[in-house]
Amino acid sequence: MSLPLDKALALEKQYRFQWEPAQKRHVLLYPEGLIQLTESAGEILKRIDGNASAEDIVESLEQAFPGADLKQDVIDFLEVAHDKGWIRVN
Amino acid sequence: MTKAGSGSTDAVSGPLWVNAEITYKCPLHCVFCYNPLDYTSTYDSELSTDEWVKALREARALGAVQLGISGGEPLVRKDAEVIVAEATKMGYYVNLITSGVGLTEERIAAFKEGGLAQIQLSFQDSTKELNDFLSSTRTFELKLKVARLIKQYDYPMVLNVVLHRLNIDHIEQILEMAEAMEADHVELANSQYYSWAMKNREYLMPSREQIQNARVVTERFRERLGNKMKLYFVMPDYYADRPKACMKGWGSLFLNIAPDGLALPCHEARMLPGLEFPNVRDHDVAWIWNESSAFNAYRGDSWMQEPCRSCDEKDKDFGGCRCQAFMLTGDATNADPVCSKSPHHSLITEQVELAQQSRTSAEEVRPLLFYRDDKTSRTLTME
Ligand code: SF4
Ligand code: SF4
Repeated sequence: MSLPLDKALALEKQYRFQWEPAQKRHVLLYPEGLIQLTESAGEILKRIDGNASAEDIVESLEQAFPGADLKQDVIDFLEVAHDKGWIRVN
Repeated sequence: MTKAGSGSTDAVSGPLWVNAEITYKCPLHCVFCYNPLDYTSTYDSELSTDEWVKALREARALGAVQLGISGGEPLVRKDAEVIVAEATKMGYYVNLITSGVGLTEERIAAFKEGGLAQIQLSFQDSTKELNDFLSSTRTFELKLKVARLIKQYDYPMVLNVVLHRLNIDHIEQILEMAEAMEADHVELANSQYYSWAMKNREYLMPSREQIQNARVVTERFRERLGNKMKLYFVMPDYYADRPKACMKGWGSLFLNIAPDGLALPCHEARMLPGLEFPNVRDHDVAWIWNESSAFNAYRGDSWMQEPCRSCDEKDKDFGGCRCQAFMLTGDATNADPVCSKSPHHSLITEQVELAQQSRTSAEEVRPLLFYRDDKTSRTLTME
């Protein structure tokens, strides 16, 4: 399903996103489970704050990683995250 | 540190999941309880609040991040809120596993304040009579009240119902009740035959037909409710021909800490002979996890015998459950007899055959059951 690009995104209620020093990566926590995130997934989810939209996130990432063409990858990931119920459209 | 570590522990990663059994005290008397038969032996040696906080901090430093607070009934301890709040501050995602007895509005508010992430409520059955019968105390009304409180405090409603021969035919009422309570997740888990459930095994194991009916009903609800109420149906492992891959193997991601501080790679491990389980009072959790001989005993696969040793599925199920292998075959290094490749598999199929015979009604079985209560525990310990 396609995600609106200009609407604010938020983490779904039961999910918590945090940095795990022992594992040296970001994780997504939810009841009875744990998703170990890749570096790029961590960079994307870090920017989900209840205000930023998919477009804002792409822009922020392109500033942080200049020269990379990230747009489609970021949107693909956000769509997967939305389908899996990790994030919602505010 | 008196014991020498059992040698090579090349780059074991830390536990991810801690289960803190903060007390074995419990007002209920479930016939399928997985607490050890001699649970009363821990009454005088429970860890203090500070000792819990210290052990949880050490496990957190190793990378543990999911924390279950269970028991017994964890609410029996007046410091459950403190332990939850401290653990949340450390960065744990904390789940309270409770029968609901003792969960007042005051306490749930305190848990919320302390950052508790989830409450998992267990239900024995949906019909008041059988619910009371199975836990032999009158708790059903109370649980409905607690379910409303959980919703009111904006927690997802996670219900856990242990299924067995005496209640599985009530699946329809159980699911109707869950729907009425607006449950978000319902786990319908068949009882596993350890401890008290093992004592009561022949009265608790459902027949194939009972399971089939229950699955059909569950599927009907699933189709109608979809994501609104997620349903998980867990089969009794006796009906499978491959064992469950318990917690991804021994000492791999799960750490259980018993009320008296004993550190165990699984709930049931206390029963295994020849292993000296370390106590969080005497040892740092890092040493326990990485160095102690008990946590290394069945790590990896070098301990395996045939048929597991040369089996190409050993990375999938790790040979099954050590406790079940010991309990049924007398040797914890055997394959879990649930596996059809096990030479002891008939120990499972014989029980399954027994479960197909028609049997007396629940009321007639009642006096034959072992109820999990202090008196029975002490009697069984003396045996
Ligand atoms: S299974 Fe029943 S008796 Fe055992 S601890 Fe849980 S509520 Fe108490
Ligand atoms: S033989 Fe052992 S490793 Fe192979 S499937 Fe059976 S239990 Fe698993």
